[in-house]
Amino acid sequence: MVTEYNTIEEIVGPLIFLDDVDHATVEELVEVELPGGEQRRGKVLEVNRNRVLVQLFEGTRGVDIARTKVRFLGRSLELSVSPDILGRIFNGLGMPIDDGPAIIPEKRLDINGDPINPYARVYPQEFIQTGISAIDGLNTLVRGQKLPIFSGFGLPHSELAAQIARQATVPGREAAFAIVFAAMGITFEEANYFIRDFQETGAMERVVLFINLANDPTIERIATPRAALTAAEYLAFEKGMHVLVILTDMTNYCEALREVSVARKEIPGRRGYPGYLYTDLATIYERAGLLKGEKEGEVLEGSITQIPVLSMPDDDKTHPIPDLTGYITEGQVILDRVLHRKGIYPPINVLPSLSRLRDKGIGEGRTREDHPQIANQLFSSYARSKEIEELAVVLGEAALTDTDRAFMKMGEKFEDRFVRQALDENRTIEETLSIGWDLLTMIPRTEIKRIKDDMIEKYLPRKADDDEAPAAAAGDAVQKEGVE
Amino acid sequence: MSDGRIVKISGPLIVAEGMGEARMFEVARVSDRELIGEIIELHGDQAYIQVYEDTSGLGPGEKVVTTGQSLSIDLGPGLLESIYDGIQRPLNIIYGQVGHFITRGINVPGLDSKRRFDFIPNPDLKEGDEIMVGDTLGEVKETELIMHRVMVPPTLKGGILKRKPEKGTCTIEDVIAEIEADGEVQEVRMIHRWPVRTPRPIARKILPVKPLVTGQRVIDMFFPISQGGTATVPGPFGAGKTVIQHQLAKWSDANIIVYVGCGERGNEMTDVLQEFPQLIDPKTGRPLMERTVLIANTSNMPVAAREASVYTGITIAEYYRDMGYDIAVLADSTSRWAEAMREMSGRLEEMPGEEGYPAYLPSRLAEFYERSGKVVCSGSDERQGTLSVIGAVSPPGGDLSDPVVQATLKVVKVFWSLEDQLAFERHFPAIGWLSSYSLYHDNLREYFRSEVEEEWEDVRTTAMSLLQKEAELKELVRLVGVDSLSSSDRIVLETSKHIREDFLHQSAFDPDDAYTRLNKQFLMLKVIVELHRACERAIEKKAPLRKLLELPVREKIARMKYIKEDDLAGFDAIFGDITTQIAGSMTENRAGEAE
Repeated sequence: MVTEYNTIEEIVGPLIFLDDVDHATVEELVEVELPGGEQRRGKVLEVNRNRVLVQLFEGTRGVDIARTKVRFLGRSLELSVSPDILGRIFNGLGMPIDDGPAIIPEKRLDINGDPINPYARVYPQEFIQTGISAIDGLNTLVRGQKLPIFSGFGLPHSELAAQIARQATVPGREAAFAIVFAAMGITFEEANYFIRDFQETGAMERVVLFINLANDPTIERIATPRAALTAAEYLAFEKGMHVLVILTDMTNYCEALREVSVARKEIPGRRGYPGYLYTDLATIYERAGLLKGEKEGEVLEGSITQIPVLSMPDDDKTHPIPDLTGYITEGQVILDRVLHRKGIYPPINVLPSLSRLRDKGIGEGRTREDHPQIANQLFSSYARSKEIEELAVVLGEAALTDTDRAFMKMGEKFEDRFVRQALDENRTIEETLSIGWDLLTMIPRTEIKRIKDDMIEKYLPRKADDDEAPAAAAGDAVQKEGVE
Repeated sequence: MSDGRIVKISGPLIVAEGMGEARMFEVARVSDRELIGEIIELHGDQAYIQVYEDTSGLGPGEKVVTTGQSLSIDLGPGLLESIYDGIQRPLNIIYGQVGHFITRGINVPGLDSKRRFDFIPNPDLKEGDEIMVGDTLGEVKETELIMHRVMVPPTLKGGILKRKPEKGTCTIEDVIAEIEADGEVQEVRMIHRWPVRTPRPIARKILPVKPLVTGQRVIDMFFPISQGGTATVPGPFGAGKTVIQHQLAKWSDANIIVYVGCGERGNEMTDVLQEFPQLIDPKTGRPLMERTVLIANTSNMPVAAREASVYTGITIAEYYRDMGYDIAVLADSTSRWAEAMREMSGRLEEMPGEEGYPAYLPSRLAEFYERSGKVVCSGSDERQGTLSVIGAVSPPGGDLSDPVVQATLKVVKVFWSLEDQLAFERHFPAIGWLSSYSLYHDNLREYFRSEVEEEWEDVRTTAMSLLQKEAELKELVRLVGVDSLSSSDRIVLETSKHIREDFLHQSAFDPDDAYTRLNKQFLMLKVIVELHRACERAIEKKAPLRKLLELPVREKIARMKYIKEDDLAGFDAIFGDITTQIAGSMTENRAGEAE
């Protein structure tokens, strides 16, 4: 028998305080009945003797002190899962909102999950080909990685995330896959962009959507990524699927968290975000990876690869949200406004971007033997071209040496041929690498210091007299599409 | 022992009533699930307890029982090759018991009490001998690499050896000897428990004068750390803190490595776990895992246990130092530890210091780093051991004014400053050469001079001053262009580029480059310095700058890092090339003049 309480004492922001509660436990799910009969959900944040602090997911508008009733359900917020969740749309708390039938649960899972034992993990090193050169070539994504996109307002992160979702494959290995998509506080249009994309490519029946739009209850967002990852864990580790999770936009999630923290009058950390933001984000981002199989040396079929999207307020990478995210995730793909203004899509600035799992996911037997070295060479050459570009602004191009000019030219071509590609252009890794090698013909061979001689002999195209010619020849298919 | 009831739960902090007999820092078991907690504040009969496991599902009225013990860990043979969580629960055993995900209330001992070791007694011992704490009773082969010295533990008193240890196989729980002290007979076992927050006793500290050789050129040559020293690596994310920590764990010449993954990524620990058993120690030919203890409290594991993990790590390290070994503790990252302190402090409603961190942050950090050092161990044989601590710091936005960085810099002697810009250029290790420092140069000078090369110091200071000059010149170039520099300045730029790209840059992933021995390090830098001096002399004799910049030997220098350790003759060839090619550039010049 569930007891009903109408002992609300105080209502502050999304929080209510109740008194005289007999037995409540932390994280317990709460049902609130408003005077009009409307039902809302919440969870217990803190218990102090008989006084209980509850956070309402759908806000406190319309809640009153005299008549609102509260029930404690004796369990935490759970998600009903079964294979039928594929192709369905849920709200931020995991309730179906697509007019389909209710999910007949195979299981009910606590959305908070338990931490993965580090000993039970398998180090991710299986290359995922996204078909995007700036990612595949230089900031390689591997299966089981968490690689966020750091973006800014007005930059095409949705297009990029959707393109990755559409094109991602593991070459030579077809396997059951699924996409879990969690929208937190994004607009209807943005969410619709993804949904339409999934429908057009016929992927919809392999997608699970959790949608909390900008006009949906703010605090619900705190549960959304957790519900989504619970679904992902179920599909990956119990049903053996390779799951790609897209979480967008994590900035809105953090703001919801801040709202609760402020209402609780907690001592704030940087920029008003709670001091436990790192720990909280970690409990989301760490829910990715690969697990050990039954026998020694085996890998459990199924994986979770996470692509969280977050917008950096004021394009500031040191803002607490991107900063703490970068400390937890295995790298980041950074979108750049300058490249975007130049009309380059995807506007990925490869220099501050990083994939920490790259080095063990590429090279001989995974992509190609020359991949690690050419990636390093392209990085350092492009970095040098940028440095020279700055110098040229101050001194004028005339003051540059021939080598400098060669680097600068190579840098421009790098952005134009290597980074730029069409929205529907899916490059193989071989195509990506050969564009890279073509670019290296533009700089003197003595400057190619990050590649060993035998690789240069084997892969560097013979230098033609005209600097333009070789790059154009190899990148031609690419270029035609790129230029349109 | 107290038996109380929960009255309040707030995140990892619970408050219990009826705890009148509880002591500070005593361990308590919370609720029927027996979650582990530690008492951190007492008010009347109320105890504030930080719980090392997730508290969801707890409610008021559930019971709390104290255990009478401080937070302690098991010490004895069997620690090596283990992977523990923050409070010394073996993660592999937990995996065997509950599967892929860590559930709560798991109770597993830190050491395997069934494993049998071949005990070899100390032959010098006779019954009736006077014996003191720290004296060796015998040893067991813990792994192929490490002999585990079994000592009289500091939890017992020294006295008369009543029963001497015998040869044979035994478990850690078996009584191996008896010591009589103050009329009481104490049984000695191989295992004992030690409270993690208390430093283990030593005879005395001594000055560290030997470097911890890491094989990382920028570290050994420019910013060395001594065995028994302390260092910190602060840097923004993506600058390579973890790769540096991993490199040190792999290659540094400590006997034993304790790697503490404190609030970091799960996959990084997996990487270590998968890689170390396959990496072979170059000196002994055995897997590196045999000298390693891992503490993994990843970011998604409970925050209070994260705070305990660094203490667990350093206590294990001290225990091996007691045996006379050289230990390195790698803590990644101490910022997460500090954040765990901040979170508890916030829940306790303490007045915050800087950035919300508790006011006792600097003193806690200092106490931790001070547990390092070169010591004379307790015991009558005066053996020596060292414990070096290398702590990574993850300041928000890479900002070095962060309180954790500042408090750390106050106590450590070596600062490896990781820089964003270098990481963007994929210059790794991204240790900035202008802002980093080591205060051990004076202590270590004699070692490098007598054990490695007479000229070590000379080459190092010459190279460093060139790098400093380069920084100034680069400013100038930015204003007036490279062409307006004098020939000798151009040579400085060119040499510095060699130092940066061909010496400081080192790939952790290239088998030939990942580790460089001291003598090869010296030769590499010597080649560059030698070339520089030859060029300077040539400039004085009016050799054309263009020729000097295009010397073919420069390409050889760019590839000298791939010269094999066991075939250093390659360097003789380079030295030879420098002489002939410089001479060549001069003769051409004269020929040109003659025309």
